[in-house]
Amino acid sequence: MKKSAFLGTLTVAGLAAGMVSAATLDDVKARGELNCGVSTGLTGFSLPDANGVWSGFDVAICRAVAAAVLGDATKVKFVPTTGQTRFTALASGEVDMLARNSTWTFSRDTDLKLDFVGVNYYDGQGFMVRKDLGVTSAKELEGATICIQTGTTTELNLADWFKTNNLNYTPVAIETNAEGEQQYAAGACDAYTTDASGLASTRASFADPENHIILPEIISKEPLGPAVRHGDNQWADIVRWTLNALIAAEEYGVTSANMEELAANSPNPEVKRLLGAEGDLGVMTGLDKDWAKRAIGVAGNYGEIFAATIGEATPIGLARGLNAQWTQGGLLYAPPFR
Amino acid sequence: MSDTHAQTVPFVRDTMLPQANPPTTEAGAVRWMRENLLSGPLNVILTLLAIAAIYWVVQGMLPWLLASVWNAGSIAECRQIIADAGRESGACWAVIRERWPQFLFGFYPNHLYWRPVTALLLLFVALAPVLFSKAPRQLLWFSAIYPGLAFWLLWGGSVFVPVVALLGLALGWAAFHFGQRISPLAGVVAAILLPVLWWLFLAGPVAEDLGNLLPRSMPWWMEEVRSDKFGGFVLALTIGVSGIALSLPLGIVLALGRQSDMFLIKSLSVCFIEFIRGVPLITLLFTASLLLNYFLPPGTTFDIILRVIIMVTLFAAAYIAEVIRGGLAALPRGQYEAADALGLDYFRAQRLIILPQALKISIPGIVSTFIGMFKDTTLVVFVGLLDPLKGITDAVRASPDWKGIYWEPYIFVGAIFFIFNFSMSRYSMYLERKLKTDHR
Amino acid sequence: MANVADVPKPSFRLSMLLYDTRYRSLTIQIVVFLLVMAGAAWLVDNTIRNLQALGKDFNFSFLGARAGYDISQRLVEYTNDSTHGRALLIGLLNTLLVAFLGCIAATVIGVLVGVLRLSKNWLIARLMTVYVEIFRNIPLLLWILLIYAVFTEAAPAPNAFRVNAETGEAATSMFLDAFAVTNRYTAIPNPVFGLDLGWLNIGLFYVSVDFLLLVAAIVVGFFLNRMALRRATRIQEATGDRPTTWWQSLLLLVGIPVAALIAMGFHFEFPELKGFNFTGGLNVSNSFMALWLALSLYTGAFIAEIVRAGVLAISKGQSEAAFALGLRPARTMNLVILPQALRVIIPPLISQYLNLTKNSSLAIAVGYLDLRGTLGGITLNQTGRELECVLLMMLIYLTISLIISGLMNVYNASVKLKER
Repeated sequence: MKKSAFLGTLTVAGLAAGMVSAATLDDVKARGELNCGVSTGLTGFSLPDANGVWSGFDVAICRAVAAAVLGDATKVKFVPTTGQTRFTALASGEVDMLARNSTWTFSRDTDLKLDFVGVNYYDGQGFMVRKDLGVTSAKELEGATICIQTGTTTELNLADWFKTNNLNYTPVAIETNAEGEQQYAAGACDAYTTDASGLASTRASFADPENHIILPEIISKEPLGPAVRHGDNQWADIVRWTLNALIAAEEYGVTSANMEELAANSPNPEVKRLLGAEGDLGVMTGLDKDWAKRAIGVAGNYGEIFAATIGEATPIGLARGLNAQWTQGGLLYAPPFR
Repeated sequence: MSDTHAQTVPFVRDTMLPQANPPTTEAGAVRWMRENLLSGPLNVILTLLAIAAIYWVVQGMLPWLLASVWNAGSIAECRQIIADAGRESGACWAVIRERWPQFLFGFYPNHLYWRPVTALLLLFVALAPVLFSKAPRQLLWFSAIYPGLAFWLLWGGSVFVPVVALLGLALGWAAFHFGQRISPLAGVVAAILLPVLWWLFLAGPVAEDLGNLLPRSMPWWMEEVRSDKFGGFVLALTIGVSGIALSLPLGIVLALGRQSDMFLIKSLSVCFIEFIRGVPLITLLFTASLLLNYFLPPGTTFDIILRVIIMVTLFAAAYIAEVIRGGLAALPRGQYEAADALGLDYFRAQRLIILPQALKISIPGIVSTFIGMFKDTTLVVFVGLLDPLKGITDAVRASPDWKGIYWEPYIFVGAIFFIFNFSMSRYSMYLERKLKTDHR
Repeated sequence: MANVADVPKPSFRLSMLLYDTRYRSLTIQIVVFLLVMAGAAWLVDNTIRNLQALGKDFNFSFLGARAGYDISQRLVEYTNDSTHGRALLIGLLNTLLVAFLGCIAATVIGVLVGVLRLSKNWLIARLMTVYVEIFRNIPLLLWILLIYAVFTEAAPAPNAFRVNAETGEAATSMFLDAFAVTNRYTAIPNPVFGLDLGWLNIGLFYVSVDFLLLVAAIVVGFFLNRMALRRATRIQEATGDRPTTWWQSLLLLVGIPVAALIAMGFHFEFPELKGFNFTGGLNVSNSFMALWLALSLYTGAFIAEIVRAGVLAISKGQSEAAFALGLRPARTMNLVILPQALRVIIPPLISQYLNLTKNSSLAIAVGYLDLRGTLGGITLNQTGRELECVLLMMLIYLTISLIISGLMNVYNASVKLKER
């Protein structure tokens, strides 16, 4: 009673977002909108444009889930979260899922009561230095001053790596990527370390990208993936298999352009199952048959999304690398749709 | 004596000397400089130091400002234009030219910009009875309905939501009016209890039913804008103004509580005020974003902006309480005694005699509290809201076009903050002077 | 109700609880007390249920776990193998350091600017007005970021101080051969005790015995000076002549500590460019410098206004009266003007000190790891214990604030007008 009474006040305020029950799917459907936690602005992954329309690699996952569940990729409320507020926002039910370049780690998965449902980007921590420093390997960074963003796993990795390699360093803590770029560009630190994807986009934004190199060492594993609340397996399944559907679609050559045609007359039964032309996989998750078709229809399969947001044709210019399909020597490997 | 000067013709000037100009060192600019800049060795040194400081700032900034670029689509284009002009570095104001609506309005829909602007303009109308003593009394009615109106303008949606919410206030007033006939205490209790009950149980359904009954309650130009679209100065002003407005009643209660004779009430008020004033705002914002979920019933969740406004209100209330306490203390003891002599009870004495005067004296203090609050709204970036200073700036910088831009957005936002706050502080100083003459 | 029933009033009626002013306040207090208790119980109950629902618990054992991150500015020993509790201590000391130095610098700036604003020099008065208005009306966060950026953009790199072998000149030279502002850090002389008396473990960390002796010398000098002044006052009261005391004060206040310093072989080690960096001196990080400067300049602007108001509040008649009594200007200042001005200045000054301390929590904007950066930042983020971390952080800030205002209130009471 108290709960509804309290909410009565908030209804009046016109701002109430409702309550969280155990079944996130029901909440999302009732609300008619998916609340998706994203980063406050990270080039290529999630950023609002001049009109406040969010776009990016992480954002595309949110939109795909919204399309799969609600049938409309625009029915997403993007909630910007900081490194500190992201997990609380998810745990408290403020957001239904988190697509915010968060590293999947043991303690986050268990102690923080999150469930990482997969990996949408395999990243790793790297170093960028000025060319005239004459350094070609991170092992030569003895005594270097290193700019590092606080509150992330990167500072733990850095401490660990320098310890195992018996090197000394001076950390210069940085609050946001923008400050880090400014500090590094002004020469306040010898090296800048963050996820390799971030380094690439930072380097691309410099006036003189040719004077900076990214060192070959990748000192950590950073599997970035969407996360949901612990304990709601149905919802976790939906997000997990939406991601898998995007990855599998690329593997089977299903694109947003040819998907209708393939659904009708693909010789591959797995493609037909994926696109809902055969069997009813979607119904098992609590959705309908066409869920994956809608998810792929938003911005295409994984490869299309990658190419449009962070791929080599964009200013960020990331190569597929580890994020290629397993058939191409990468790590992307969607379980069978059966 | 007389002989010696017998022949001397006494000199008496019979014509006026022509007016001579004062010596050049005693007139015009030279004199002014001598008196104001070079009146002693210390002053000469100070003047030289000041000139050196001004020169240092100007020579650092001027070349950069002179090479300003206003028309460009991206930072790379900017750099190209500056390099073509043969300059080393220059300001790239093109980012402001392209993204200024975002700094001001956040992601508020373009075609609805007039709504926050109207709300801001109407704010000045609503404040007119406070700002200008000559404003007609009838305007007070407008001031009373302004919160609802502003809410409706900003968030849009059904007109009945703010109307029903305001009805709660009207209910409280009516309850107070009629309750007082029974006893003043009953009036106060009813005035607090009834609106709360109204808001808790009836307001929501009533607003919904009215909205369903009258489909025209939401004209097309009042479409709903959700708070996740708020950002930039719209967000800063929304949080700042509502924080101050909502904290006034609470602040008055706390100030009266702190002055109360009742031990428990007094210690509770003191504890609350000292606690809030003893912790940084950032920890309260953390409470809003990280801890409020723990303190509310399981499963409750609501808008982060509303949560931030609640915490900011509590924060401001403690400061407002101290300001008003100052006002209460500044009142001559005679005023309290006169109220007692008239046989007024506590509530009537406060309402009719003490508070009107105390609040009037406190206005400058309230204005400076507001300036402080307005500046502090930049801290909401640490809980993921898009404040103008860092939230929006970082969002703009995340776009590939403007990645790497640094000084220009900060200078632009700083300038707007300065204009706002400087005019407010000047106004409050004027007010202080005006109020002083009445009381001393 | 029970305590009301105890009152032996034969004519007591229940309605008197509301209408009799003797009982009404009691009724109100009991009602308020019950409401507050109910509210508190509601919050605690919710918290317990929420924690249960999330499968979390409320304990502080994470403070004993390995922190795993590095902090570049540490006043006492710390490595990434230390515990989160240790990191908290480092953060707390960093907060206290910047707050303490910030209060000193802000006071110096504030007094200087406040006086200069009243100067007859038109240019300097205007310049100071511009400074005060600009700093007061722009958010502190912006100042911290701008000053930080100015440091890194405008200051030369450490190797710009290198003497070029061919020309025999360096691109930049050090200030007095002792200070070097670079875009990474500011190198300052390092105070060293030549006679190492060892370190004393005071539970949390080690303190240099030399340092403790120095503090002891200063305290002893201070007390001896007070005794000397009291003696002078006694003589003055007895004879009417005040013996000259300035040389005694100088000897006691300065002489004793200096003697102690010399005895312990105190000297400075000057920074020197070796390789790519300065060594020998202390390298103070720019995040600290930027935060410290921004806090001092911002708060200094407020203090300047307070000082100006305090000076203006003393009517001219006071100094004229003092002169008429034959007091020399210095004594007029000491005995007449300052005591009165301080009474006006101290209370708002206390709240500025408090504000500065609380504002130091913005350190995170430039990556200075203070309490908010360690406990409320990285530790919170790594352990996910937001309830414990934020509550602990609030408690610590509250304690600091209460201590500051407590100390300053004691001082305020000593300069307060003694009302009779």
